[in-house]
Amino acid sequence: MSDTTDPRKLPSADPHTGNRRVDPITGYDTTGHDWGGITELNTAFPKIVIWALALTFLYSLVAWILLPAWPLGRDYTRGILGLDQGEQAIEGLRELTDDRLPWLSRFSDGDLRALQSDAVLIRQAMPAAERLFEDNCSACHGATGRGGPGFPVLADGYWLWGDDPGGIAETIRFGINSDHADARIAEMPSFDWMARADRLALADYVARLPGAGPVHSSLPGAALFTENCAACHGDGGRGDLEAGAPSLTDDAVIYGQDRSTVMETLSRGRRGVMPAWIDRLSAAEINLLAIYVYRLGQPVGEGAQ
Amino acid sequence: MLRLHYNLEKVSMGLVVAIIVAASIGGIVEIAPLFTIDETVELPDDLRPHTPLELAGRHIYMREGCYACHSQMVRSLADELDRYGPYSLPSESAYDHPMLWGSKRTGPDLARVGGKYSDDWHARHLIDPRSVVPASIMPSYPWLRRPLDTELLRERLETLAKLGVPYDEAMIGASQADALAQSRPDGEGADAVRARYGEKVVIRDFDGDPSRLTELDALIAYLQSLGTLTDAPYTILKASSADIPDGDGHE
Repeated sequence: MSDTTDPRKLPSADPHTGNRRVDPITGYDTTGHDWGGITELNTAFPKIVIWALALTFLYSLVAWILLPAWPLGRDYTRGILGLDQGEQAIEGLRELTDDRLPWLSRFSDGDLRALQSDAVLIRQAMPAAERLFEDNCSACHGATGRGGPGFPVLADGYWLWGDDPGGIAETIRFGINSDHADARIAEMPSFDWMARADRLALADYVARLPGAGPVHSSLPGAALFTENCAACHGDGGRGDLEAGAPSLTDDAVIYGQDRSTVMETLSRGRRGVMPAWIDRLSAAEINLLAIYVYRLGQPVGEGAQ
Repeated sequence: MLRLHYNLEKVSMGLVVAIIVAASIGGIVEIAPLFTIDETVELPDDLRPHTPLELAGRHIYMREGCYACHSQMVRSLADELDRYGPYSLPSESAYDHPMLWGSKRTGPDLARVGGKYSDDWHARHLIDPRSVVPASIMPSYPWLRRPLDTELLRERLETLAKLGVPYDEAMIGASQADALAQSRPDGEGADAVRARYGEKVVIRDFDGDPSRLTELDALIAYLQSLGTLTDAPYTILKASSADIPDGDGHE
């Protein structure tokens, strides 16, 4: 094998043009490489690839003319179609919105209870409501509304702040303890100033409240409860729906109602936050979600289909 | 066919030059617009830089590799606008060095996550994602409860200031104090943070532990700031159509 890179000096090459010997059997060029008598065919690049390449060149030429392409300092060639991805996206969003408008617009105002009993409308809207719920609510309240410690269960019949779709919509709109000016505000203060023995008695009393048992008015915690807790949680701990003070007599809990959790609640206080959704979702979407959430809390067969 | 390439291959230096020319065209098309970026990307008047605490959170975000699974860029596609809100503008990340747009979405996009969830949710979710989202495949980051190291904040602000981020002397000087103050809503420094970075800065005890400034505080402060540094993106939907409600921050 020769050391030179000059094609004219390669074995079997024409000394003037550098073209090499043609293999008599295949009709192809040879590369000029020679390994002890074995030469190599200079097999041509497949035609189909050449054509594919040519087509891509052609496409790019067309694209340069039709679409935004070349940078020109402070501007760029706009292309004769004048397309703008941002405008296209907004146009696409408008089409999506228009598709939903016929049924979604019915949720923008009006009596949510009446809407809720419109079975046809509900059947049409619930798949969208479910997706909205999964996108926005399920992170805290769980995909099926089963909640978790600190995040209320929605899929039961127990409510705070309102037990109808209108009240729920209000909560979604402005949130609870959120940054919004119209947020629902509720805070369980810390009772860390109270003597530990009193707190223990109180925790014991509160832990015994749920269930159908008799009122334990003789317990040492009962008087403490009346004095400190009943203002918000009501006499006997029946709660105050409108003020967001949970009932302590039912089975529903947010953080837990065993002694140690109640002790923690008493020492640290609680101030759960639900963000306001008015800036993220439309009025109709919020109402739709409110109905969806309300239905989660209905016994199967009654509200759900 | 033309034997141009066939003949070019025989002249090695010629081939080298041809390769350089071909590759340069691609390079120039990508690089040339950057020379005029100051004029082509308009900074909104209300764009604010990250506060020191958010900046510390941003470094934790980078350290833990959050960008490997979460993008911070809503693409200009109708479905993305429908789900996340207005598409991301280049100006939104003008003060980010480096930007954290990302391209891989094993998890959801975070460009509009600020304010979407409560601090408590973020804290639980970062410490143990499956405690709040049972199907999550996100790793747990339990070590975020450790104290935040604010030692380097001053240098970080200085560096960014050199790169054109509008941190002034006062901001740089008070960086460590501001980082602590942003997690103490009832503290003395809260008003100073607002005065320096604007009324919209969120000042809260992010991790629910008022006694300590932790990495969790910083990371949650950062996450809650995403998409809130300027109102500019929220005006694009408004400008084009009044009846598109999604993701609009100004009803």
